[in-house]
Amino acid sequence: MTFSAQTKAFALLLSVGLFAGCSSTGETMEDGSYGSDVAAIDQDGGSTVYGGDDQGGISSSTLTEEERMAAEQQAAQEALRDITTFYFDFDTAEIKQEARDVLVAHAQFLAANPGQNVRLEGHADERGTKEYNLALGERRANAVQRFLIVNGASRGQIETVSYGEEKPAVMGSNESSWAQNRRVELVFD
Amino acid sequence: MRQRIHTTWSIRILSSITLLLIISANANAELLIRITEGADSALPIAVVPFAENGQIPPGDKLSNVVQSDLTMSGEFRALPPSKMLSLPSKREEVFFRDWRMLGQRYVLVGELTRSADKINARYELFDVNREERILGERAAASVNNLRSLAHHISDKVYEAITGVPGAFSTKLAYVTLDSFNGKPRYRLQVSDVDGKRSRIRLESEEPILSPAWSPDGKRLAYVSFETGKPVIFVHELSSGNRTKVADFPGLNSAPAWSDDGRSLLMTLSKDGNAEIYRMDLQSRQLTKLTNHWAIDTEPSWDHNGRGVFFTSDRSGGPQIYHMEKPGAEPRRITFGSRYNARPRPDSEGKYVYYVHQREGSFHIARTNLKTGEETILTRTQSDESPSVSPNGRMLIYATKQGTDSVLTVISADGGAAYSLPASEGDVREPAWGPLIR
Repeated sequence: MTFSAQTKAFALLLSVGLFAGCSSTGETMEDGSYGSDVAAIDQDGGSTVYGGDDQGGISSSTLTEEERMAAEQQAAQEALRDITTFYFDFDTAEIKQEARDVLVAHAQFLAANPGQNVRLEGHADERGTKEYNLALGERRANAVQRFLIVNGASRGQIETVSYGEEKPAVMGSNESSWAQNRRVELVFD
Repeated sequence: MRQRIHTTWSIRILSSITLLLIISANANAELLIRITEGADSALPIAVVPFAENGQIPPGDKLSNVVQSDLTMSGEFRALPPSKMLSLPSKREEVFFRDWRMLGQRYVLVGELTRSADKINARYELFDVNREERILGERAAASVNNLRSLAHHISDKVYEAITGVPGAFSTKLAYVTLDSFNGKPRYRLQVSDVDGKRSRIRLESEEPILSPAWSPDGKRLAYVSFETGKPVIFVHELSSGNRTKVADFPGLNSAPAWSDDGRSLLMTLSKDGNAEIYRMDLQSRQLTKLTNHWAIDTEPSWDHNGRGVFFTSDRSGGPQIYHMEKPGAEPRRITFGSRYNARPRPDSEGKYVYYVHQREGSFHIARTNLKTGEETILTRTQSDESPSVSPNGRMLIYATKQGTDSVLTVISADGGAAYSLPASEGDVREPAWGPLIR
């Protein structure tokens, strides 16, 4: 991913949070029409629907408010999916509140694309024992798997593997490194 | 005559003693030895350089190896040869008064004789105060096996003085990690307990974990990620033949041998959650020993081979549990802190050793199984993977020195003895091999 795409994703993530305000939770995003909009766009394989290029084809005057909202949401949804790593607290497999909207977006995407598979790689930080951490990494991957399934993905699309503490994302023996290493990574084929 | 020495260890850091005993120039990621701490109560012993008849191969002197073995145990303090007043090689040449004056309790003398492709050793151990011979033996080894002969003599000397068989002839298995062509390189290696004579048994770009010795010392079980996920292999050391014994969906991990070498305890999550199973290696039949929503892992047979120690977080965090027999209701063993894991019992049923978290640091601790008393044995942090020597006197574990992982050996009651850093990269996952008679 390029820096600009990441920046865009972050900006959109913020805007979604502000825009959706208190009404936007994981549950409300399961709304049927919303889901189908996402599906339609993703089936086109489009990733630049709301790319920010000011090309002549789309002008604000021809866009209805509903269309504008839908496009914005679709773009936001895609931007959410740029996030593929999810973090955990020490010795827990609890999915954090801030990860939920993103995981819902991934689940919706998987639901809309039955041919798409994903591998969930669970990791732990270096503290504690290797074998327990192997089981902990699996528990984290399983927690994400359950969340994706509850939100529309099917079991057959998801494979899990735990690496325990063996593949840290960053080296270092401090809380900041550990926090980045306690994670589940979504790897799409 | 045999006497049992009850050593009381005072854990005082002799910071001035930081001997770099053996420096390996070998680039083959060999282990080094650093004796970092000794015990005040170490017994003074003089290992006199052996007399040599005929062509003895150059390289490490046998007496140097014996001396470093005994020193590494933390229970002995060896007199440097430069301080010896004479270099006797048989009883008639030993003047006990001299050795008493030098403060020595024991004197080991001997000689090596070459015959064809063999080295024959004759050696005698004396108690200086009693002016008595307490050990005398002849032993032989092939010319290129002088180190084995030395470790054998160390074992005999150790046993004659302490009453406990020495474990200097046993092997270590461990995993080193370095980088090669920009990729991680994991190597499963087997060496002598002093880190020498290491041999690479498996090399992989993917992690290798949890090596476990079969009771006869001929096979290793371990977890390898070489297929992209954790899979248990059994590896016959003489032939190098490997068998994939557990490759189920999910975790295949934490192998532990039964006393008869016919079955493995292991952790599988094929039914969705980490549970402990016993696999008969002949039939590959599985018996499920735990059934709980929590993580159950790191199994190990207890000293009599009937019950099983394991780690479970059924109480909310990892703790040590014991099942009297497979399938019995587990009893919780550890209560001292919120994180206790990877139990390794001794061979007598007195103690169980494990990783213990206290105030953010991970140490090795042990619990007395009779009294429930818990003792923290290490002052290092980030300690992992304790493995008890087969004579129950020593413990090896992995820890960090700076950013490197190293192995450290301590006496089983906490007196520190030596560390085994790799010449480059990390070394971890030590497993102390069995005594082979």
